[in-house]
Amino acid sequence: MSVISYLEAGKRAVREEMQRDPTVWALGEDLGRGGVFGQYKGLIDEFGPERIADTPISEACIMGAAVGAAMTGTRPIVEMRFSDFALCAIDELVNQAAKARFMFGGQMRVPMVVREPTGMWRSSAAQHSQSLESWYTHIPGLVVVAPATPADNLGLLKSAIRNDDPVVYLEHKNLWPLEGEVPEGEHLVPLGEAQIVRTGRDLTLVTWSATRHSCVAAADALEKQGIEAEVIDLRTLWPWDRDRVLASVEKTGRLIVAHEAVAVSGFGAEIAATVAEALHHRLKAPVQRLGAPRIPIAYAPPLEDEARVTEKKIIDAAKALCLPVAAS
Amino acid sequence: MTIIQATLEGAGANLDTGRFTAMLDTMWRIRAFEELAVRSLDEKLVLGAIHPSIGQEACAAGICCNMEREDLLLSTHRGHGHTLAKGADALAMMRELFGRDGGTCGGKGGSMHIADFDVGMLGANGVVAANITIAAGAAHALKLRGEKRVVVCIFGDGAINRGPFLEGLNWAKVFDLPVLFVCEDNNFSATTHTAAMTAGPGAAARAQSLGLPAQTIDGNDVVAVDAATRNALAALHAGEGPQFLHCKTYRMTGHTAVDAAAYRDPAEVTRWRERDPITRLGEALRLAGVSEARLEEARTKAYAEMEEVYATARDTAWPDVAGAYRDVQDCGDPQVRPYS
Ligand SMILES: Cc1ncc(C[n+]2csc(CCOP(=O)(O)OP(=O)(O)O)c2C)c(N)n1
Ligand SMILES: [Mg+2]
Repeated sequence: MSVISYLEAGKRAVREEMQRDPTVWALGEDLGRGGVFGQYKGLIDEFGPERIADTPISEACIMGAAVGAAMTGTRPIVEMRFSDFALCAIDELVNQAAKARFMFGGQMRVPMVVREPTGMWRSSAAQHSQSLESWYTHIPGLVVVAPATPADNLGLLKSAIRNDDPVVYLEHKNLWPLEGEVPEGEHLVPLGEAQIVRTGRDLTLVTWSATRHSCVAAADALEKQGIEAEVIDLRTLWPWDRDRVLASVEKTGRLIVAHEAVAVSGFGAEIAATVAEALHHRLKAPVQRLGAPRIPIAYAPPLEDEARVTEKKIIDAAKALCLPVAAS
Repeated sequence: MTIIQATLEGAGANLDTGRFTAMLDTMWRIRAFEELAVRSLDEKLVLGAIHPSIGQEACAAGICCNMEREDLLLSTHRGHGHTLAKGADALAMMRELFGRDGGTCGGKGGSMHIADFDVGMLGANGVVAANITIAAGAAHALKLRGEKRVVVCIFGDGAINRGPFLEGLNWAKVFDLPVLFVCEDNNFSATTHTAAMTAGPGAAARAQSLGLPAQTIDGNDVVAVDAATRNALAALHAGEGPQFLHCKTYRMTGHTAVDAAAYRDPAEVTRWRERDPITRLGEALRLAGVSEARLEEARTKAYAEMEEVYATARDTAWPDVAGAYRDVQDCGDPQVRPYS
């Protein structure tokens, strides 16, 4: 085991995969200087400017060119800088990358990874803070990944690069400096497999990305108050680990889904609906979703904070759901 | 469009000292505003990213002084100078940068989203080139409504490599719209030299290929910017259709206030520092007979004003959190509430 940051883990994944497979390359703005967050720093020295390609500010063409290059024997890693700017290339992703394999009758695949740094990060305001994962989970053809730890960023990004279909890969901007243990040597995390971060019998907390850490902190606090929460980090949102979530809720009888994105039409709704459909008779309390109110994200911190799913909100919701447990 | 070639150095004793002393005041106000905004990072007052336009003030001043208050301006993430020159209130802007109550946008937008519709400033923009198509639409509306107003849309050299550049210019030409497009070329697209990412002879040639009259000028020469803008706006008012200006300038800071910009060639930076637009205008005014005291006053007044703006903004309260829910849309509850 060694301790590295979430950012370093992403870089290590790219480096290892580029070493292993000469068809892997990366393209995006400012990559030659290491990318806007430094997540490619030094890679150009090792792989050269053809494989760590600086591009014009041309998101539509970055994405479209990657689709063409993926159809033609390479594995591009697309860097979108902020997930918000991927919206400038949504046709290329949704109408082209996601559908090509199907439309063309399976003649080829589109193996590309679209890295989209996501989420709230120190007063970045409405156009640089969004969490839009549920848009992508809605699109047949796309894999959607949202890692929360250095080890997962390493293992999932490697799996994403090896995957033969387009993957939308959402790294959380606030997690770049987060440090954590990662295994030495080859570390792969399979796509579609959730992680049970801690076990508990009273309540299941399903989460992903940065909100995982708020959930773990909430679960620690709840434990002291006699409530045992099981925390499940989905890690991959499509395909999502339905079996693991259902097995947990079957055990606990209570579910909270917590995510940073707007609650309305957030991916939490899919999980809540699935649990309601499959386990209605086993539920001891209504399922609950925690997400942002349906507001754009403001610049001023007190207003920005209104959009946050905090540890306290999770604790309050858990206590309300588990009242009889705490009382017993 | 008849092209008047005017330059600072060429003006000599004929320089319109009244007009350009006022221009110097504007440029110093922009410089002071931005230097203080950058300094405020030490006190953690500016919260998000800011993109200073230090070194580019001649573009803002030379363009905006030719616009009427009701003319419309669209800017970019590097928009403090344009916004100040268009007449926005410096205190409201600084409050916005600090995320405070009374900010231009109520503290909800910050540096990258400053807009002041009262002075025809339709917004900075966090998305490169997004303002170009919006500007075409604003001009389209002015034409539909038979108005005499015009639109000026300023964007960076990096923006010309995005699709909206082609779509917006083509649209403006096809619909014959009253919009002046200005490429404020500071050599950089974030940390990359734009030249390395741009094919062909550049912005003006691209505009010309779509039939827009285009002129490339020294963007650090406020006399040149002023004259070229005046020409272009006259052409708009004469119904000659969209116009294009390519202003060559230089970004004296990093991409953001925290970017040390070590990727720049120091010799290049020195060369451009010698062409600082404020210093050059000061020299020209001195030669044209403006007193040392008046030149000094332009600087000291600007810093005094902005120090006061800074202190007042710093002492302003946060906005009311209810603002987070205001102005989202008219219908619908933003909260998922329990059924009762
Ligand atoms: C569509 C889009 N892509 C990328 C970015 C990130 N970004 C912000 S400013 C910038 C550089 C823009 O260069 P230029 O247009 O020349 O303007 P300058 O910063 O030089 O004023 C980039 C790439 C963005 N804001 N929007
Ligand atoms: Mg530029």
